[in-house]
Amino acid sequence: MDLITAVEQEQIRKDIPDFRPGDTVKVYTKVVEGGRERIQVFEGTVIARRGGGLRETFTVRKVSYGVGVERIFPLNSPRIDKIEVVKKGRVRRAKLYYMRNLRGKAARIKERD
Amino acid sequence: MISKAILARKIGMTQIFNDKGEALPVTVVEAGPCLVVQKKTVENDGYSALKVGFGDVKEGRLTKPQLGQFKKNQLKPKKYLKEFKMQDAEKYKVGDEIKVDIFQPGDRIDVVGISKGKGYAGGVKRWNFNRGPMSHGSMYHRRPGAGGATDPARVFKGKKMAGHLGVERVTIHNLEIVRVDSDRNLLLIKGSVPGPKKALLFIKNTVKSRK
Repeated sequence: MDLITAVEQEQIRKDIPDFRPGDTVKVYTKVVEGGRERIQVFEGTVIARRGGGLRETFTVRKVSYGVGVERIFPLNSPRIDKIEVVKKGRVRRAKLYYMRNLRGKAARIKERD
Repeated sequence: MISKAILARKIGMTQIFNDKGEALPVTVVEAGPCLVVQKKTVENDGYSALKVGFGDVKEGRLTKPQLGQFKKNQLKPKKYLKEFKMQDAEKYKVGDEIKVDIFQPGDRIDVVGISKGKGYAGGVKRWNFNRGPMSHGSMYHRRPGAGGATDPARVFKGKKMAGHLGVERVTIHNLEIVRVDSDRNLLLIKGSVPGPKKALLFIKNTVKSRK
């Protein structure tokens, strides 16, 4: 094993569930607010996963009050409390950036089993 | 004078999370163990220093004069040699090893290396000149502009021009050590260091920090 991987290995989280672009996930993040820590949930569709090893990130998109919101999370961040897969989606691309141009009925994703 | 110094090899960059959960950019460096090959003393050599070797090498790869420096004290031959002008040179003996554990997380260091070669580079890349407009028929894309006034009728020495860039000694000051891994002889340094992967680096305590 090369040394970079060895260094990263210690912090890679093994409790992250399997999910792919197209899936709908709930991301529970720890937020520190005025010295107090609480959990914030962000639910949306995964539209991309990029990077490898410890540096891997994923992008979650949701439409909130008619406004598209995207958040990029580091997959192995200790600030992520847990990730819940709500729905599995069947898509034919690795990056679903075309979702940004779609709204309403057209923005639906077929379910996968 | 240096209080802590070690030779290292650049492995590459990655990121790690600190205890606040922030991602820090780090350079992974394989530092030491360094072998003390010879002690230079004021009586013998006119100055005091440690001659230190780093990196294993086959005997056949060295010339006889190079090999002799190690054979004299029955030491293993090393690829790189460098003199450290140490504050406390008396503490070390010939044959001693300098290991990463001289450093602790939070220490501030200077890293010296040879920067990556960029070849023959123009003024924009080499000296951060501004470029001209790329369109509207400008035809003055990345040219260096004026060379100076007409009156001296010559170009002054040191005028910034195109030329060879990189492959020079570069020191980055006041970098922070994020983690020390004594088992694998690794140092994790916050930020970037000069040179390509596998390059030789010289790491010493910083001249800048007041700590």
